[in-house]
Amino acid sequence: MYVAVKGGEAAIANAHRLLAARRRGDANVPGLTLEQIAGQLSLAVDRVMGEGSLYDPELAALAIKQARGDLIEAVFLLRAYRTTLPRFGHSEPMDTGRMVVERRISAIYKDLPGGQLLGPTFDYTHRLLDPELAGDAPVDAPETGEDANERVVRVSDILGDEGLIEDDPLADASRPVADITRTPTEYPMDRDARLQTLARGDEGFLLALAYSTQRGYARSHPFVGEIRIGEVDVEVMIPELGFTVAIGRVKLTECQMVNQFQGSAKAPPQFTRGYGLVFGHAERKAMAMSLCDRALRASELGEDIVAPAQDEEFVLSHCDNVQATGFVEHLKLPHYVDFQAELDLVRRMRAEHFEAATKAADETAATDDTMEAAE
Amino acid sequence: MSLSETLDAPADEIAPAASKPLLSVNQLTRVYGSRIGCADVSFDLWPGEVLAIVGESGSGKTTLLNCISSRMTPTCGTVHYRMRDGASADIYKMAEAERRYLMRTDWGFVHQNPIDGLRMTVSAGANVGERLMAVGNRHYGNIRNTAIEWLSRVEIGEDRVDDQPRTFSGGMRQRLQIARNLVTEPRLVFMDEPTGGLDVSVQARLLDLLRGLVSDLGLAVVVVTHDLAVARLLSDRMIVMKEGRVIEAGLTDRVLDDPRAPYTQLLVSSILQV
Amino acid sequence: MNALTQDTSSQNLASYNFAYLDEQTKRMIRRAILKGIAIPGYQVPFASREMPMPYGWGTGGVQVTAAIIGRDDVLKVIDQGADDTTNAVSIRAFFAKTAGVVTTTATPDATIIQTRHRIPETPLTEGQVLVYQVPIPEPLRFLEPRETETRKMHALEEYGLMHVKLYEDIARNGHIATTYAYPVKVEGRYVMDPSPTPKFDNPKMHRSETLQLFGAGREKRIYAIPPHTEVVSLDFEDHPFEIQHFDQPCAMCGAEQVYLDEVVLDDKGGRMFVCSDTHYCESRRADGHCGALLGDEPGLGAEANTRKEAM
Repeated sequence: MYVAVKGGEAAIANAHRLLAARRRGDANVPGLTLEQIAGQLSLAVDRVMGEGSLYDPELAALAIKQARGDLIEAVFLLRAYRTTLPRFGHSEPMDTGRMVVERRISAIYKDLPGGQLLGPTFDYTHRLLDPELAGDAPVDAPETGEDANERVVRVSDILGDEGLIEDDPLADASRPVADITRTPTEYPMDRDARLQTLARGDEGFLLALAYSTQRGYARSHPFVGEIRIGEVDVEVMIPELGFTVAIGRVKLTECQMVNQFQGSAKAPPQFTRGYGLVFGHAERKAMAMSLCDRALRASELGEDIVAPAQDEEFVLSHCDNVQATGFVEHLKLPHYVDFQAELDLVRRMRAEHFEAATKAADETAATDDTMEAAE
Repeated sequence: MSLSETLDAPADEIAPAASKPLLSVNQLTRVYGSRIGCADVSFDLWPGEVLAIVGESGSGKTTLLNCISSRMTPTCGTVHYRMRDGASADIYKMAEAERRYLMRTDWGFVHQNPIDGLRMTVSAGANVGERLMAVGNRHYGNIRNTAIEWLSRVEIGEDRVDDQPRTFSGGMRQRLQIARNLVTEPRLVFMDEPTGGLDVSVQARLLDLLRGLVSDLGLAVVVVTHDLAVARLLSDRMIVMKEGRVIEAGLTDRVLDDPRAPYTQLLVSSILQV
Repeated sequence: MNALTQDTSSQNLASYNFAYLDEQTKRMIRRAILKGIAIPGYQVPFASREMPMPYGWGTGGVQVTAAIIGRDDVLKVIDQGADDTTNAVSIRAFFAKTAGVVTTTATPDATIIQTRHRIPETPLTEGQVLVYQVPIPEPLRFLEPRETETRKMHALEEYGLMHVKLYEDIARNGHIATTYAYPVKVEGRYVMDPSPTPKFDNPKMHRSETLQLFGAGREKRIYAIPPHTEVVSLDFEDHPFEIQHFDQPCAMCGAEQVYLDEVVLDDKGGRMFVCSDTHYCESRRADGHCGALLGDEPGLGAEANTRKEAM
């Protein structure tokens, strides 16, 4: 006989037990350590820190391990932890001009103060699978050189000194910087909130949008002014002391995109900016972010909004992969109450449809009969 | 008018409603940065009067239309509208709710491209009925009947009432847009190149229809057009614009038959063959 | 900072507050709730937090519950009317773990009922709070995708578009074809989405003795219906709002005038209908009520088949 479905609790417990076993994999193979993940899958860790918006390589590594390598799930784990942390304050604006750079390239100057520094990049590698990596062959120690002690000037500052690029839009100092984790989303969104949203947006989504701008959907004629990756001090103002104190360093990737100039009667022609800044080593994400930022400045720069990448509500309300995955996956939840309502409606409408069709057929038949009779 | 003439009395006392302008535009200016959209435009529009604003593209006529129809805030100047209770109100001093209510009841706006003025994914009946529902009409049968009646007034058959405008031809869409605007019997309708994207034969039919509706309903209309033939057929008075300023204004027949400003003369001689 | 500490991982990497959220966040949510109560039906933006369950799985409802729950509260969680659906079980377990509160399946015993997609059949009373999980709080969303525009429409009370949709339903189908998430007007002012409850439940919201709170986590909105508030389902004078009716009573408890789930019995078209509200059904059976199925067990197959032939 029919028994109402019961035992949700036991089913969930069993499912989670199976998940734990699957996550561990073959018990004869040693388990991964967090050091291994943080050290050898560091780009995955960086992505999870960036989109999880929490700078903590150890927790990010734990999240990746717990998520069985599903990075969006790992981002989700990290976010759900981050949100419970009390907020003590905020840092001073970080000066990326004083970054200790590991990589620094510019596509618009052949050489420049501080030089081009390739750093650890996949660029110019041939993408040939390396069978040696299947083992654990020793690798050569990296080449090192003398620190030239030269200040690595930001390319945008070089352009800015000549007035060739617009000034960074001036922030109103009297207004607190937005915090999208502490205030509700409201549109139109100011640039601070927008950049925060993009910084933790999904890399794949932003990459696709950035790509679309290059293919003519809001083309902005971009040049990579500069990409720099390296460590920057985090300084916090301690009110009791009255001065700032460095509390640590974080690794950042910054991308300054230099875009098509525009001018107006008031302002002479100059290049415009698109900006990307992400935790860790995340070059693709920073570049995509800077292209999207530039596209989203359309209304500010008086450009027509014609493409998806320029549409603020479209981009910003859909770029968060934790939100997106949750809502897409919620379709798995039972919907039978609503479905019952729809089922009832469709049945009724079908009945009405067939009733009407039958009636129409009868009428036609009747007309035919009449005609025959008349004949 | 004939009444006041026969009685030989001041117009104010005899027919106060008709003797005061419906719309008063005073020194309206809109600038874009340092460029002028339109500058220092003043005119009155009287109940039941059709005013054409003509000029080449870039002459500021669309900017002017948007400013007087509250779709774009002017840089300076005022626009006063005489409400149904006879009181005159500055449309830019009204609360937004009041202004939007005015726009969907007492005013109409006919876009050049019907897609801008229609809901393409709902039926023709709902397109016409929307304004009625917006002002609180809650009887489906009545709304539908009114929609059918208005569709027939713009020569769209009753059998199309449940079809979406995407299945309509360009001319039908434009007529549907007109019906959608007129259903609340507005007193003032703004039109932006209403015959713009249409074939010549379709244009002629639409103009004919418009002329009939305007006189039947006693509508006041401000119509923007670059086509002097449209101005000739529809309007009582016209304003000629160039580089954001009014070059010449007057009765349509007078301006077209006896243009005074050199620019108007050029415009009339080069284009007008009606 | 006590409830969960002992339960968290041995690595001691993380610890959580009572009912998961920190007190600052709870205060922020309570302010949004109070504002919602003060303006019935108005969607109050709030700084929704990431929760340890996915967006779309009840994060809004969970945040509202977490913000209002106290140690003495008794919590009931239902999904589709049932206490034992997996997501209801999961949310109940979450609060049992993070807040250590007593949970129940009995509607009258609960002080807080968190729900997805149903309102219990047992009338709710003063002092209880019904917390809805809301996926898309904006009733105008599918007519106008832009938040900036829909907020303006609410502010200016421009709801003509809502009736345009209902008009289209009637023009196309002969009747209003909205069966769930059926829009309502609250206290004569705001048009509100009642969350995807079947329209069957709409009348229960009207002048309810219970405080009704709505949380949409992903969309970052909270709204409320205070007790005794007027809640009217939108309709036309000549096409009045009506709720679903079922042709037969519940097969298990014989209840009528309740919302039923259709249960597929076999692959030959055998169907039966049982209460969607599992607690209501169980308590009726405990009181001795008996449906067709329990009254005449051996006849089930024949009964189902008969119904099939009749259809």
